[in-house]
This record gives sequence, structure tokens and C-alpha cells, in this order.
Amino acid sequence: MTRFTYPEKNDLERFIQARYRKAWVWEIVFVCSLLIAIIALSALFLSVIDDAFGYVAYEYKKDPATISAKPLTELSKEELLTILQTNLSKGAYGKLDKEQPMTERSQADLLNLVVERILQVKTRETYTLYRSLFDKAGIESEVKEKFPEAQLEFRSWLSPSFLTTPQSSKAEFAGVRTAILGSLWIVSIAILLSLPVGVGAAVYLQEYANKTSFIARVIQTNINNLAGVPSIVYGMLGLAIFVRAFEPLTSGALFGITDANGRTVLSAGLTMGILVLPLMIINAQEAIKAVPDSIRQAAYGVGATRWQMVWHHVLPAALPGILTGSILAMSRAIGETAPLIIVGASTFITFDPNSPFTKFTALPIQIYQWTSRAQGEFHAIAAAGILVLAGMLLMLNATAIILRNRFQRRW
Amino acid sequence: MTTQTQSIPAAAPESEWAGQLQKKVRWGEGLVEASLFAVGFVTIFITLAITIVLGDQALLFFAEPEVTLREFFLTTSWQPKAGQFGIWALVSATLTTSAIAILVALPLGLSAAIYLSEYASPRARGVLKPVLETLAGIPTVVYGYFALLFVSPIVRNMFGGTENVGVYNMLSAGLVMGIMILPLIASMSEDALSAVPNALREAAYAMGATKLEVSAQVLVPAAFSGIGAAVIVGIARAVGETMIVAIASGAGPKFTFNPLDAAETMTGHIARISGGDLPYGTIDYTSLFAIALMLFLLTLVLNLISQWIIAKFREQYE
Repeated sequence: MTRFTYPEKNDLERFIQARYRKAWVWEIVFVCSLLIAIIALSALFLSVIDDAFGYVAYEYKKDPATISAKPLTELSKEELLTILQTNLSKGAYGKLDKEQPMTERSQADLLNLVVERILQVKTRETYTLYRSLFDKAGIESEVKEKFPEAQLEFRSWLSPSFLTTPQSSKAEFAGVRTAILGSLWIVSIAILLSLPVGVGAAVYLQEYANKTSFIARVIQTNINNLAGVPSIVYGMLGLAIFVRAFEPLTSGALFGITDANGRTVLSAGLTMGILVLPLMIINAQEAIKAVPDSIRQAAYGVGATRWQMVWHHVLPAALPGILTGSILAMSRAIGETAPLIIVGASTFITFDPNSPFTKFTALPIQIYQWTSRAQGEFHAIAAAGILVLAGMLLMLNATAIILRNRFQRRW
Repeated sequence: MTTQTQSIPAAAPESEWAGQLQKKVRWGEGLVEASLFAVGFVTIFITLAITIVLGDQALLFFAEPEVTLREFFLTTSWQPKAGQFGIWALVSATLTTSAIAILVALPLGLSAAIYLSEYASPRARGVLKPVLETLAGIPTVVYGYFALLFVSPIVRNMFGGTENVGVYNMLSAGLVMGIMILPLIASMSEDALSAVPNALREAAYAMGATKLEVSAQVLVPAAFSGIGAAVIVGIARAVGETMIVAIASGAGPKFTFNPLDAAETMTGHIARISGGDLPYGTIDYTSLFAIALMLFLLTLVLNLISQWIIAKFREQYE
């Protein structure tokens, strides 16, 4: 007969201690996994900031001294105009004048033109912020050796003019104005489509449908599945339906616009609206679920019909939650890139999108394009673009948090 | 008192008001319900549209004389110019990058979930949760930038230097994809862990179990269905992820499982080819829909499996 023997006192002590040591080691492992997440997040942000600021070695094709005795920044508008007139060919000057009359342009704009068109600045090398801060001497000697003609300047690629200038083929003069406007158009159209449809579907599922009925279960499962469909598949849907099948509508041909094809900001916005719809429905459902039943019963108790109950009591109570959910959907839409590539974002747009039927570009599309270029200065503006995108996301999320904290009611 | 008596219709004989109390047909209510139902049905319509659009174009693709189903599913070379359409050249890269991503995200995400739900003080949670939420909110194109310009140089230095490993490699794309799906797995697993009733924890602690033993031997098995679902949803996300692989994993289909190689995934291929102005109706165009259909079916099956796991293996308490 086998008998279970308890460990002797010393063995027991050792056994327990071994268990505790094991627990301790694993606790460190668990903490480390979170540390890795923190390190990854910081590395990501630091690498973006590292690229967005730093020294630039650049050369002028034409020496500034040959066109003006004074430093260029001190020149008046008129002096800059004469410089442009004398140094540019008549055709080039006329073309610029046609885009926007020269005399109406500001001094800063003209200065940019002089630098871009006449001096023809060329970036030789960009340096990271880290090296710029801690190894300035090294950079200077390197520049002297490799590019004896070049000048060294500390440059913040993220600057007010980066936000306000349109796209350009030269990284030094490129901005994100058209991309930001494109993104705003897309997100607005997406929300206009998905907010009413999403809230309507959520109200139906939570307040009207019999939850055990076949059709309600099919719709619910289907929404959960749609939320898991890769965004690129929505892009293919948008390409086939909005860009191609509905081309007369999305290109604006029905409204008398003749020069566009279906690859417009409207197609992109509708595609994005369908993409965020499942997210919108699920968030709205959560918000409606959080409204206690006593509210509904009180409404019925005073004789409200079902729609009166929903419209006057449930929806107002769920509104903060629904708004928070739609802001989250907006931040999803603003960062989504793949479907925009598929529905045909043009990367080089120098004019502001001013109707739903214009060709468009968007902020993440620009980041993608610039990241894919080989030159360091494009990586630098990609980093600056990421900072702009991060700023927009931060604002959206801050709004969501404020909404949640200020208006959310605890029942 | 007087106002009350006025509002009570009892003064009238019963024959006048009895009919009014019977259910009144309200056309407006019916209309509202019908339109809400229609709106809810839109979601089903979207699924149908996806299936029809992808299926229709994919059928056009398979109807081309130079494409056979056998070639599509069984060969390993995808060269549209040479008329070769073997999906495995793209699937191999999708599988490799997704496998790396899950190998990163599952252990990290699960440990993070265990720590957050069982170990962390409310204060530590207050700091750590936002970190994961921020990671979850970062647009994937930013992760792509990170993979190409930060992780790839490190990977190249670690594995044989710049001459052996290219700028584009599946390892850096996969690693960053792992970081991307980590918060998803962590938050779904954490939800599953915190749904385990406290009685189980307390019983285990009362037996003298350490925190590790409670977590690993009681809670993780009890929350298995939720964790399993998290892993499957994570795989689906990795398979469908586009921007990271489009930027960092390489341009050009190649049948390889070597993580240090550059190869194009299904999603990356779709993004690259459709990036230009692709003429409608060409074999290049329809082939993208065939790939997208595979992708859609794959993620659909994965999502259905995860929902099935949740329903089937859920431990019911109380």
C-alpha cells in the first residue's frame, strides 16, 4: 500500500521557496513584455522625431551672391520681383503669373520662388536630430570633406509652411496642405454616410429586433465579420462599385463635370464610410446598451410609443457614447491608407480639393509615397507628415476623452 | 385637484372612449421600424456586394485561357507578364510575415494581459493601458515607416550585415506587424481573463497557490476560449494587413519562407499593382480580385472560427 508522505520540514521549505522563486521570475517576464511594448512605442516616436528635425547639407546651383548683394531675406517684394523677372524665362514667368498674379503674392512666397526656381537648392545629405545635437563637429567635418561647396543648416522639416504649401516634387518645398484637405474631405463624407446608417442599424438591433430571431442574429454575426474584413478588400469593393460602376455619379458627370474619372474624393469617402460602418454600429450598440432599462420602461409608462421612447429618451442618453464612437471611427478613417491606394488616390495634387468630384490625395498616402522614396529628404518630410497625422489623431482622441468625461452619465 | 378631474375622461360614457384604448394602428411607427430594418439590412447588402464583386471579377480571371485553377492553387510562380499565376508565391510571404507577427504578439500580448489583469496595481494599469491603446491607434502606414527605416537597419546589422540582407525583408515587416497586433491580443486576452469569476481566483489562493500558479494553471485555462479567439483574430489582422508589408517586405512575388528574403504578400501585391492607373478588364486587374477573394475568404473563415471558439469553449460560470 502506497502512502502519501508529506515533505519533511526542510524539504517543504525548499519546495515552497522554489515555487515562490519561479513566480518571481515569471512576474519579471510579464513586466518585460510590457516594457518591450513601451520600448517599441518610444522607439517609434523617437525615430520619427529623429528624422523630422536635423542638419541639412545643401548646395545652390547658382550662388545667391550673383543675383543680389544683400542677403535674400532682407529684400523687399519689389526687389524679389525684379530678380524673378530678370532670371526667369518669359514663358516660365508668365506661367507662374497665370497661376497666381505675381504682384499679389507675399514676400515669403516670392522668396520661396527665388530659392526654388533661380538658386535651385539641392539637398546633399540630411542628418538625424540625434547626430545634429551630439555630433555637430563630426557632421561639419563630414560635409567639408564630401560636399565642399555645401552649406549646413539646421532645419525643422515640420514647419508652418509645411502645413500650408501644396505638394511639390522637390522635398524641400513640399507641403501637406492638399493632403490634409483631402483627408478632411474623405473623413467628412465617410462620417456623413456611416453615422446615420450606423446609428440606425444599432437602434434596430438593440431596440426593435427580437434578439433571438434568425434575421437579427444573421445581421449581428455579419457585422462582427465585416469588422474583421481587411481594409484592402473594402478598397477593392470601392474600386469596383464606386469608381467603376457608379462612375457617372462619382465622377460628377451627372452634374455636368466632364474632366474627371471615378477616382474622386467622393469615391474615397464612400469607401471609407463603408469601412468604418461596422465599427460605428458596434460602438453605437454599446452606447445604447448602456442606457438602463428603467428609462425605457418609464417612457412606456407615460404612454410613449417605441419610436418616441427611442427618439426622446434612449438616443439623447446614448448620444455622448455615440459621439465618442464616431470620433474613434474618424480616427480610424484618417489613418487608413490601403483602400485609398486601391480607389486611386493621386499622389501629385497641387490644387486644393474644392468639391466631392475632384481628384485627391490624403495624408497617409503622402507618407506612404515619401517613405518609399530612397532619398533622405523624403524620409524627413515623411516623418514630418507623420507628426502632422499624429497631431490630428491626438486632437480627435482628446476630443473623445473630453466628451466622455464631461457628458457620460453613470446610471 | 380641479385640473386632475378635468384630464380624466371618466366623465364620458364608456361606449365613447373604450374604442380609443384598443391598439391603434400607427403608420408612422411602422414606417420608422421598416426603415431602421432596411438600414440594418444594409450591412448584409455590403457583404453580398463584396462577395459578388470579388466573385464576379475573379470568375472573369479564371475564365481567361491562360489561367487554370490547378495552376492557380498548385504552382509557385506569380509572373503576370509571363502568364504565370501561382498564388503560392504570394501566400508564402503572407504566411511567413503573419507567422513572425504571431510569434511576437502572442507571448508578449498574453504576458501583458496576465500582468495587467492579475498583477498590476490600479496606478500601474493607468500608465500601461494607455501605452497599449496608443500602439493600437497608430496608423499602419506609420508602422510601415518604422519597419523600413528603423527596424530594417537593425535586422540587417544583426543578421549578416547589409550585403547579405536587403533593405526589404519579411523579418522586419513581420516583427513590426507583431507589435501592431500585440495590443489587440493583449486587450482581448485581458477581457477574457477578467471575465473569469473571482471565486476561482480566491479558491486557488486559499489553497496557497502563488500568483503565477493561479494565472497559469487556473485563469489561462478558464479563459482559453477568449485567448484562442484573440489569437485567431490576430492572425486575421496579420493576413489582411497591407501597409507594413507594402512598404517594408519587398516588391516582387517570390516563393520563399526565408524571413530574411524580400517577398511580396497578397495584400502588398494588390496595393502595388493597383497603385498605378490600372486599365479595367485586363488580366492584371481581374487577378487582383482573385487574390482579394482568397484574402476575404481566408479572413472570413478565421473570424468565423474565432466566434465558434468563443461560443463552443466558453466556460459557463453561474
